[in-house]
Amino acid sequence: MELNTGIPSGPIQQRWDKHRADLKLVNPANKRKFTVIVVGTGLAGASSAATLAELGYNVHAFTYHDSARRAHSIAAQGGINAAKNYQNDGDSVWRLFYDTVKGGDFRARESNVYRLAQVSVNIIDQCVAQGVPFAREYGGYLSNRSFGGAQVSRTFYAKGQTGQQLLLGAYQALMRQVGLGKVKLHNKQEMMDLIVVDGRARGIVTRDMVTGAVRSHMADAVILATGGYGNVFYLSTNAKACNVTATYRAHKRGALFANPCYTQIHPTCIPQSGDYQSKLTLMSESLRNDGRIWVPKNKGDQRSPDQIPESDRDYYLERKYPSFGNLSPRDIASRAAKEVCDEGRGVGPGGLGVYLDFSDSIRRLGEKAIADRYGNLFEMYERITGENPYKVPMRIYPAVHYTMGGLWVDYNLMSNVPGLFVLGEANFSDHGANRLGASALMQGLADGYFVIPYTIGGYFAQGGLAGVSSDSSEAQAAVKEAEQKISTLLSIGGKRSPTSFHRELGKIMWDKCGMARNEAGLKEALTRIPELREEFWQNLVVPGSGAELNQSLELGLRVADFLEFAELMCYDALQRNESCGGHFREEYQTEDGEAKRNDDDYCYVAAWEHTGVGKTPTLHKESLSFENVQLATRSYK
Amino acid sequence: MNLRLHIWRQAGPNDTGMLKTYDVANVSEHMSFLEMLDVLNEDLIAKGEIPVAFDHDCREGICGTCGMVINGRPHGPVARTTACQLHMRTFKDGDEIYIEPWRAKAFPVLRDLVVDRGSFDRIIQTGGFVSVNTGNAQDGNAIPISKPDADRAMDAAACIGCGACVAACPNSSAMLFTAAKVGHLASLPQGQAERSSRAMNMVLQMDAEGFGSCTNHYECEAACPKGISAEFIAQMNRDFISTTFGGKA
Ligand SMILES: Cc1cc2nc3c(=O)[nH]c(=O)nc-3n(C[C@H](O)[C@H](O)[C@H](O)COP(=O)(O)OP(=O)(O)OC[C@H]3O[C@@H](n4cnc5c(N)ncnc54)[C@H](O)[C@@H]3O)c2cc1C
Ligand code: SF4
Ligand code: FES
Repeated sequence: MELNTGIPSGPIQQRWDKHRADLKLVNPANKRKFTVIVVGTGLAGASSAATLAELGYNVHAFTYHDSARRAHSIAAQGGINAAKNYQNDGDSVWRLFYDTVKGGDFRARESNVYRLAQVSVNIIDQCVAQGVPFAREYGGYLSNRSFGGAQVSRTFYAKGQTGQQLLLGAYQALMRQVGLGKVKLHNKQEMMDLIVVDGRARGIVTRDMVTGAVRSHMADAVILATGGYGNVFYLSTNAKACNVTATYRAHKRGALFANPCYTQIHPTCIPQSGDYQSKLTLMSESLRNDGRIWVPKNKGDQRSPDQIPESDRDYYLERKYPSFGNLSPRDIASRAAKEVCDEGRGVGPGGLGVYLDFSDSIRRLGEKAIADRYGNLFEMYERITGENPYKVPMRIYPAVHYTMGGLWVDYNLMSNVPGLFVLGEANFSDHGANRLGASALMQGLADGYFVIPYTIGGYFAQGGLAGVSSDSSEAQAAVKEAEQKISTLLSIGGKRSPTSFHRELGKIMWDKCGMARNEAGLKEALTRIPELREEFWQNLVVPGSGAELNQSLELGLRVADFLEFAELMCYDALQRNESCGGHFREEYQTEDGEAKRNDDDYCYVAAWEHTGVGKTPTLHKESLSFENVQLATRSYK
Repeated sequence: MNLRLHIWRQAGPNDTGMLKTYDVANVSEHMSFLEMLDVLNEDLIAKGEIPVAFDHDCREGICGTCGMVINGRPHGPVARTTACQLHMRTFKDGDEIYIEPWRAKAFPVLRDLVVDRGSFDRIIQTGGFVSVNTGNAQDGNAIPISKPDADRAMDAAACIGCGACVAACPNSSAMLFTAAKVGHLASLPQGQAERSSRAMNMVLQMDAEGFGSCTNHYECEAACPKGISAEFIAQMNRDFISTTFGGKA
């Protein structure tokens, strides 16, 4: 298969302008003749649906939530990057581009990243115009903070609720178009499949989550903005409903899945407290500025932290990385925590935790100073754990947080299936093997407000789209398949709930395809996942019927797809015989435990083609060239 | 701890529904309230019964999806805390807990504790936005906004659209929710052009959806997990009245 990226030629600074000039246009009067389906109403989905409707397209937006405003984007806390250089501190489009390529450990496409950095400035303007209440200085101008992986201050924020405010801005723009009748919104509708007619994406199959009705919706193009798949690990910082179904179904219909093994693990989350744990909560990374991370020196030390003298403590980050210490990069800090816990030196229930201790800072600066900096975080921690971090050290542990992999897309954000576009976290494009903080919000909105409105027009203007209807054999077959899957799930009548399978899958993935991977472990996962899948189809129980609101059924359907998708992640992790960004293969590390990239053999995007459930997928490679940022070892030492 | 739960069970929108009693054993104080319900549901599935349907997603108090009346209080006994952020250490061994859905004409029950809050979206559709197409914007720093104004806008915009204010109100009024959006946009220069029509249209839609009117009980403010101030209601009333009398807010 030929992977045509469609990257324009010429100097990188001019590619997007040149491309926009070259794209054919759709006559304003003709736009309403084109119907676009947008699945997802997060930052990427809501921004694209609203913008396409403003342009005159006929838009149908779908979400499994009861309101478009509840998409997972709402939970993002920290902020959104943009190369505004309001701080006059040397930022520029070039620097944001450079930081993102380097932060991604040289596994992203340069042209896409450059465009992202270019349009970042327009995003902030658009959001301000919508009424997003970004933080301001006393003079009335926009305020910025610094984030990891950058030496300039370019992150815009709205208290600790940046994602919420950006999403509400996009949601309001969407609601305006719904009110004007230009977007038809379909709440509580879960996409179950993609409909491909004559090789093009022409519709989707949905299940109405209230009535259970399964039906098809046809269109001239389909946009997936369905978020990430971090919940394949069961426990993650993602919202509970996040799942892989939409993109995985498209994959089964022919769309290539790129770099599925690239997952980001965030070092500072509140650890699991018991078997009943349903999700993990992120604690801001900023805490590491004043907290010291340690575990007992000796295995099985059961004393309470205040009883453990200095001589029996191991401040392992300070010991191993004396120059960066507690502020070591995310991936390194995460792996180090896992290592000490694997050695049996972890603290708290199950030994899965390390201390983040503020007592030195409190002694040095006083409790008030610490409260001023982190008061709300300390409160949130206490609410969840019942422990007072001013008195007892916090316990933290790394958790799955973001997925860099996703459906493969070209420069136009179109997958290899013509007419299927993929935006936001659901695509693979801009973050390479590791995403920098505050860049996901930027990418989702860049894709939706400023890229897709141009590129989708280019697709329509090429012509060749025949009429299509729900009566087509492809549509009917896809509906039937979905209905059959539902009735099969309901009729197994076994003993184990969807959640119990999901938990078990998550554990396998976390142990074998999590923070650190190795060949033997991945191979073991590749035998255990199919076994678990087999048991799922024999021993699952889903109470109730399909023709009603049935949350167990929703879960069962999602877990069924995770059980296939997990295998793909392991294949990807196994073929990539190098360590890069979030992908750490234990066999490929330097003597001091740093990731060892292999640019000679692995400087490519791994795009996988589905060949059948349980069959080895076929690997296609898009080789990456770095013409503007020189390939170099990513060192933060 | 061991608990006795009385939970509203209703098979569908047209079912009458009733409270059913369940005993749950060995509840850990570290569990969240929703995790306690997860455990109950796993038990019910194991026993071949239908689990309790309840809405939730982020479990971090930000998406506004969760919502249930716990012992008569929307989101439960802890102030400024959503049901998903409530932890079992608030309860003690032997407690009886009543769990019911939001009750309001404009929020029909879909199943058990799940209600349809589509009416909130329709209120926003009539004016809860700034009419600015993508691409129209000028530079983000072109209009300075004083910090107090920006902060006030943020305080109002923090509403998560959960509906607890409606559930708490004896009249099932949606004034706090509506006023939060009106107040957010009225605090900013970008929101001025449509300020009067916005308040008007949103209030009219609120009435059309079957929400009751506000008689100043302020139960909404007490129940709101995000601490949205009832002052925004007063501000919206001023905008609304000045529009009704033909002036500009
Ligand atoms: C706790 C946390 C904090 C974060 N903080 C930051 C931050 O500070 N800065 C930053 O840049 N990034 C942050 N991120 C990452 C960022 O929030 C996400 O990557 C981003 O918001 C994803 O947006 P999206 O539009 O692609 O998808 P989402 O917001 O996840 O939206 C997905 C949409 O798709 C719909 N959907 C999915 N599947 C289906 C289906 N089958 N049928 C119908 N609808 C479907 C959902 O209903 C939803 O509307 C954070 C992430 C987490 C978990
Ligand atoms: S005003 Fe408060 S209670 Fe009402 S919907 Fe908003 S957050 Fe919920
Ligand atoms: S589940 Fe999101 S606010 Fe409770």
